[in-house]
Amino acid sequence: MSEHVVEVAGLIKRFDRVVAVDGIDFRVPRGAIVALLGGNGAGKTTTISMLLGLLIPTAGRVTILGEDMLRHRYRVLPRINFCSPYVDMPKRLSVRHNLIVYGELYGIARVRDKLAALAHDLALESFIDRPTGQLSSGQKTRVALAKAFLNDPELLLLDEPTASLDPDTADWVRNYLRRYQEAKGATILLASHNMTEVERLCSDVLMMKEGRIVDRGAPAALIAKHGRQTLEEVFLDIARGLSASAAQGAARGAAP
Amino acid sequence: MSLVPNIAGDLAFSPRRIRAMVLRYLFLLKGSWPRIFELAYWPIMQMVLWGFFTQFLLTNSSFIAQAGGVLIAGVLLWDVLFRSNIGVAVSFLEEMWSRNLGQLFASPLRPYEWAVSLITIGFVRVVLGIGPAALLAIPLYHYSIFDMGLPLVAFFANLLVFGAAVGIAVCGLVLRYGLGAESLAWVAVFAFAPISGVYYPIATLPGWLQPIALALPSSHVFEGMRAVMIEGVFRWDYFVDACLLNLVYLGLGLGFFLHIFRIARRRGLLLQVGE
Repeated sequence: MSEHVVEVAGLIKRFDRVVAVDGIDFRVPRGAIVALLGGNGAGKTTTISMLLGLLIPTAGRVTILGEDMLRHRYRVLPRINFCSPYVDMPKRLSVRHNLIVYGELYGIARVRDKLAALAHDLALESFIDRPTGQLSSGQKTRVALAKAFLNDPELLLLDEPTASLDPDTADWVRNYLRRYQEAKGATILLASHNMTEVERLCSDVLMMKEGRIVDRGAPAALIAKHGRQTLEEVFLDIARGLSASAAQGAARGAAP
Repeated sequence: MSLVPNIAGDLAFSPRRIRAMVLRYLFLLKGSWPRIFELAYWPIMQMVLWGFFTQFLLTNSSFIAQAGGVLIAGVLLWDVLFRSNIGVAVSFLEEMWSRNLGQLFASPLRPYEWAVSLITIGFVRVVLGIGPAALLAIPLYHYSIFDMGLPLVAFFANLLVFGAAVGIAVCGLVLRYGLGAESLAWVAVFAFAPISGVYYPIATLPGWLQPIALALPSSHVFEGMRAVMIEGVFRWDYFVDACLLNLVYLGLGLGFFLHIFRIARRRGLLLQVGE
C-alpha cells in the first residue's frame, strides 16, 4: 500500500489561453491533513476538481489511492468524497431525501441506519425533514458534511469548508473534521484561504499563486522561514510577491 | 459496458444507482403538487380542445367520420412523444437549476446511468401526464384509446423512446451551452410535429419532404395508428421501421450526450452551470 494517498505530477489545466494550474507536483501522505492555500484565482478549486475527476487535466498525472484518476476514477470515487459550499444539493428535496439518494449512489449498506448516525453526530435531527434550500449556511454546511461522510471516505477533499460560517460554527466544523481524521485515519486535503483554519488543522501547507505551488511546508516552518508571526503574514508576503528573504527583511523593518 | 464489478461491490452499470436517481426525481414530484398538476394539465387541455374539434368534424368530414377518435388518438400519442422529451429534459434541468452536477459526478454515478434514469423518469412522467387525459376522454367523448389494444403498446413504446432520444440530445446541448439554451428543452421536439403526420397522412406532405418524414420513427407510428383506426390492420412494416429507426436515434442521442459530457469535463462545465 502506497504511503501517499494523493500523488500529483506535472498537473496543468489550461482554459483556452488562461492557465489555471501550471505544472504542479505534490504528494499527500496517508492520514495527513494538508491545505492548499492561496488567494482567489490561485488554482485551488481547479486542482480539487481535477483530483475528483470533474475536470480533465490538460497534462499531468493524478494518482489517488494508487489508481490513475484519468483511467480508473470509478475505482476511486466510492472511496473518497468531497464538500464545497460552491456546489449545492437539490434545494427542494428534504435533507433526509437528499442523503438517502446520495447514500444509494455511494452504495451504502443500510442507508437509513447510516443516516440516523450521521444525523445524530452532526446534529441534523431538528431540520432533517425540511427542504435543503430553506436551511441556514451553517445547517447547509453540516448537511454537506453529512453527505461527505456517508461512505466513510479514506480521502476527503474539502473546498473552503468553513466559508461563510460564523466563527462558532466554523470551529465546530474544524473539530468535527479533526475527530473524524483521528478516528478513521483518513486523509484530508482542503483548499482554503482561512489562515486560522489551516494553522489549527493542517500538518502541511501548499501555498498556491497563479496556478503554481510557490512554497510548501508545515505551518510553523513556513512562518519561521518567512520570519513572520502568523501564517496570514506569510500568505500576504506570497500574495504580494515577496521572497522569504525579502519578507524577513521587511519583517525587520527594511525595504523589501 | 459490463456488469462485472470493477472493484468489490462497485458495478460498472449499477441498477441501484439508477434507482437512486429515479428516487431523487420521484421525491421531487412527490413534494411538489404543482409539478404533478402541470404534468396532467396540458394533456387534458389538448384532449378537450381536440375532442370538441373532432365532434364538429364528425359531421363535416368524411375522413374523420371513418374513425372518430383519430384526432384524439393523434393528440394523446403526440403528447406521449412530447412528454417523454420534456420528462427527460426537465429532470436534467432540475440538476442544472439546483447546481447539483458537481456533487453527482463526484459520486460513483456514471453518465450513462444518469441517462438511463432520465429516460426512466421520463416514462413515469408520461404515464402520470397522459393517463388522466386518456381516462377523461372516455366519459367526455366516448372514445377510449385503450380500445386499440396491443398496437397501442407498440405506438406508446416507440414514441416514448423517440421522445427520450431527442430529450437526451437536448440535454447534451444544454450541458454544452448552459441554461441560456434551456428553451431548447421545450421547443426542440416541435420541429418534428409538422413532418410526423400526427393529424394527417405523410402523403399530404410535398414529395421532397416525405423521405425526411419517413426517416423519423414518429411518422411510422402515426401512419400505423391510422392504419389500425381506419383500416383495422396492424402494419408490422411501420412497427419494425419505427423500432429500427428508434435504435439509431437512441444510439445517436446517447452518443451525443456522452460526447458532450466529456467536453463538459474538459471545460469545467459540470461546476459552472448557468447562463
